[in-house]
Amino acid sequence: MVAVVPTPRAAAAPVAQRSSRTGYLLLFPGIAWLGIFFAIPFVTLFMTSLQQPVPGKSGSYMFGLQFSNYVTAMSEYWPLFVRSFIYAGIATLLALAIAYPLAYFIAFRAGNWRSLMLVLVIAPSFASFLLRTYAWKTILSDEGIITTTLNSLHLLPDDRILNTGIAVIAGLTYNFLPFMILPLYAALEKIDPRLIEAAGDLYASPQKAFRKVTWPLSLPGVVAGTLLTFIPAAGDYINAALLGSTGDRMIGNAIQINFIQFRDYPTASALSFVLMAAILALVFTYIRRAGTEDLV
Amino acid sequence: MRWLRRNLLGIVAIAVLVYLFVPIAVISVLSFNKPAGKYNLSWNEFSLDGWTNLCGVPGVCSSFVTSIQIGIISTIVATILGTMIAFALVRYRFRGRSTTNLLIFMPMATPEVVMGASLLALFLNLRFPLGQMTVIIAHIMFIISFVVVTVKARLQGMDPRLEEAARDLYADSRGVFRYVTFPLVLPGILGAALLGFSLSFDDFIISFFNAGTLVTFPIYIWGAAQRGIPVQVNALATIVFLVALGVVLTSQFVGYRRRRALERAPIAMDTMSRS
Repeated sequence: MVAVVPTPRAAAAPVAQRSSRTGYLLLFPGIAWLGIFFAIPFVTLFMTSLQQPVPGKSGSYMFGLQFSNYVTAMSEYWPLFVRSFIYAGIATLLALAIAYPLAYFIAFRAGNWRSLMLVLVIAPSFASFLLRTYAWKTILSDEGIITTTLNSLHLLPDDRILNTGIAVIAGLTYNFLPFMILPLYAALEKIDPRLIEAAGDLYASPQKAFRKVTWPLSLPGVVAGTLLTFIPAAGDYINAALLGSTGDRMIGNAIQINFIQFRDYPTASALSFVLMAAILALVFTYIRRAGTEDLV
Repeated sequence: MRWLRRNLLGIVAIAVLVYLFVPIAVISVLSFNKPAGKYNLSWNEFSLDGWTNLCGVPGVCSSFVTSIQIGIISTIVATILGTMIAFALVRYRFRGRSTTNLLIFMPMATPEVVMGASLLALFLNLRFPLGQMTVIIAHIMFIISFVVVTVKARLQGMDPRLEEAARDLYADSRGVFRYVTFPLVLPGILGAALLGFSLSFDDFIISFFNAGTLVTFPIYIWGAAQRGIPVQVNALATIVFLVALGVVLTSQFVGYRRRRALERAPIAMDTMSRS
């Protein structure tokens, strides 16, 4: 009796959008909240970054237009910017390499296990972020099986992993992996498997079919996944603080220490602003390719 | 050898899943440990101290309760505000759509350290006292976007014919919303609330900037990391993990059963597929 089981996606036709005051009323409270507590703080952050010290009163700042704050902050902290982008870049590439096979398997091979496997991808996030990062201290410790194995093969430059950049990158890769897996899965799941079969029918080898069909069609997921992994990784300071040495500090550490410990608000604000500008540049390149409707 | 080649992808996939759970295993195993020194980093001796005396260390349980309170309040407010935005985005035409989309997307694309710092700059400039209030304000701010995305996806995936059918059967717009639209969107809203709560409960960076002297559970862990994390924290984290996993698996199972029941109802499906 059941001829076709309609899937919601196939059935969804564009809903007629109404134009009335209700739309604005629904938007207003949430958008106002984001405006006041997300957008306006950037203005205050920018003003804080230009403040100047109150003469004769250390630790107090007043209104100013000290663009030199940026020069001072950058000349002191530029190596941390470079390190942050390198660490986050390596972690993003590693995450892509680790996530792709899993996302591919869930999208094409998992069958009835699909939703369970997706739950398992998100599940680790239910345990505290800080504790999971701290757990890597145990896993990568000098007496741990990973360090001793790699050491016996003479593969480690410093004879250890913990308190080196390798540990920080390992932590970043692990912590932001779900942000890579989920967009990749979303893009792969949309691919019609018949396209890959068709490539096979036209005598493409599995490798060639992947290169010419699957990979290009999954690119939106790759772009979204790399952005969602790279951005939090570049701004993170927990991994560097818990797993690295003082020589592995990232820009997030500098912002946090200047804001909370040194209370050097102008320097910390200037650093935040530069970080944000770099990331905005990344996001806008993405928007120019994909448009805003795909973002949310 | 051929078996290995054919199943290589599956093996890699399972290996990645196992990798995701290694730190969880470490956290749980160490909750049964009796640490040799200050730091609970390596296995020493079996003990149930962490589990039998959950609140035995001052600060652990009070910070835990603080985080739950903040999570509940922020989630309720953010879920309401975010759901309203999602309805407006899918169902209404309005001006400034791309600015709205950008304002919703940006909090998800901004590093937490920048959001935390800029909000602190605002509160400092306004001389607004830091504490529970400022943390809740911050959490609502970053949860809203995730609610919008989740509820919007649910609304867009909905079959518009179901609402048309209700209208054909002379339901007024209030009736359509109450008996058709809302029940269909509700799973999405509940999912968004669950996600929002877990984001709030686990947030450290933004909270730390705006908490003043308030201690949430992650802030407690951060402080304890310098002087040694008590085993009770590992036990509590294990409990939270298992409860959350249980909730999600149950909801998945219920959803699966409902879909199966629908597929087995031939008459209902028949009428639907003819539309």
